[in-house]
Amino acid sequence: MSTNEVAPTNHLSDHQVTLEVNEQAVVLNVPAHRTLLDGLRDELCLTGTKKCCADGECGACTVFLDGVLVNSCLVLCVETEGQSVTTIEGLSTNGLSDLQEEFLNSGAVQCGVCIPGQVVAAEGLLRTNPHASATEIRDAMAGNLCRCAGYERIVQAIQVAAGRRVEIT
Amino acid sequence: MVQYCRPRDLSDALERLEEANGRGRVLVGGTDLLVHVRRQPTEPVVLIDIKTASDLPPAVEITDELVRFGPTAVMSSLAVDPQLRAWFPALVDASAVVGSVAIRNRASLIGNICNASPACDTAPALLVHDARVTILSQDGTRSMPLTDFFLAPGRTACASGELVIALDVPIPANGFRSGFQRLTRRRGVDLATVSAAAGVTDRGVVTLGLGAVAPTPLLTAESAPIDCADADQVAAVVDELTAVANPISDVRAGREYRLAMTRVLAKRAVLAAAQIEEAS
Ligand code: FES
Ligand code: FES
Repeated sequence: MSTNEVAPTNHLSDHQVTLEVNEQAVVLNVPAHRTLLDGLRDELCLTGTKKCCADGECGACTVFLDGVLVNSCLVLCVETEGQSVTTIEGLSTNGLSDLQEEFLNSGAVQCGVCIPGQVVAAEGLLRTNPHASATEIRDAMAGNLCRCAGYERIVQAIQVAAGRRVEIT
Repeated sequence: MVQYCRPRDLSDALERLEEANGRGRVLVGGTDLLVHVRRQPTEPVVLIDIKTASDLPPAVEITDELVRFGPTAVMSSLAVDPQLRAWFPALVDASAVVGSVAIRNRASLIGNICNASPACDTAPALLVHDARVTILSQDGTRSMPLTDFFLAPGRTACASGELVIALDVPIPANGFRSGFQRLTRRRGVDLATVSAAAGVTDRGVVTLGLGAVAPTPLLTAESAPIDCADADQVAAVVDELTAVANPISDVRAGREYRLAMTRVLAKRAVLAAAQIEEAS
């Protein structure tokens, strides 16, 4: 919390929300309008989830909510009472995930801002469709924009990671 | 100033709506509502989150005659159900192009029609499938065809103290098929420039649902029976039915272009519904 926030918060407008983030129970005291994205970044310091458009257009803020991909800029903290959230941090608790490794290997990571959202979205895709074709990958990733336009490499990275998972199983 | 509440049940939700005195907004998916709220930070609004109301109808309920969608039915749940795809191909195709995966996982079908956007992706398909809307108020429920529900851009027959609790889509008669076509400036995450759904009965009677060509999504009249394999008959019916289109020019397209594309998309939707390959 920044030092200039000494004034007591207005408890009348604050809501207490209990949820699970990356398998840890957390309690947030937030105003109604606080998005899950801002809650993760500003209250919990989980800054892996990125804020770009904050309008549901770019996918930089993609997280899992109860196992389902959502744009965290379009969910309010207060809506997540009792739910469980997994962020990019939760996907890489034991070092880089296979997807993250392949994003790096393929050179998909340029400025990097879109990458956490890309990786979470790709994780969601491979969980539901482990054998996704290049077309299915493009369709599933259409909501994740990359201003550095590394799209070819992103698709490649997902294909290689998908191949690694199929080999293992 | 944004306030938020999570009513216990639907009667609690109606009370909250009443208390909010016109400032209440029913929150389900939030994919449109929360964008709107963020853009109007000074507008006082009470978000009434009905997702966990105890007596909310289930997301999808199938009876002998119809499929009843509740407020929590999201776009992505339509695409995964092969039965729904067999009955309502146009609706499933339309729901599959809304926003992105993350948006479709959250966006409510009922929420989509309650926004009453002229370009609403699911409305043309719902119109050709004769969907009906059920609205709950303190006085009980009332129900109406979807055509009567849309009043103007952003305005529906659902008044400020009311909420839409169900969308009923009849299981089509044997031989009825539907198809959907949409034109956007780019693939993914864009509003429709024009959209068209077609319903074709086993006798070749055609109806069209049209999006983004009038202040509200439109349902056309029924055509006389035609042979959908005959390109001239299809072209004639498309010209006749799409005459109701009266689009505006805006940032996405000019009026003339929209009119031309309405006919192209309507033809393709008829052919898709009749499962006929378009001659190239
Ligand atoms: S920041 Fe959420 S979609 Fe762009
Ligand atoms: S790597 Fe820069 S936005 Fe994607």
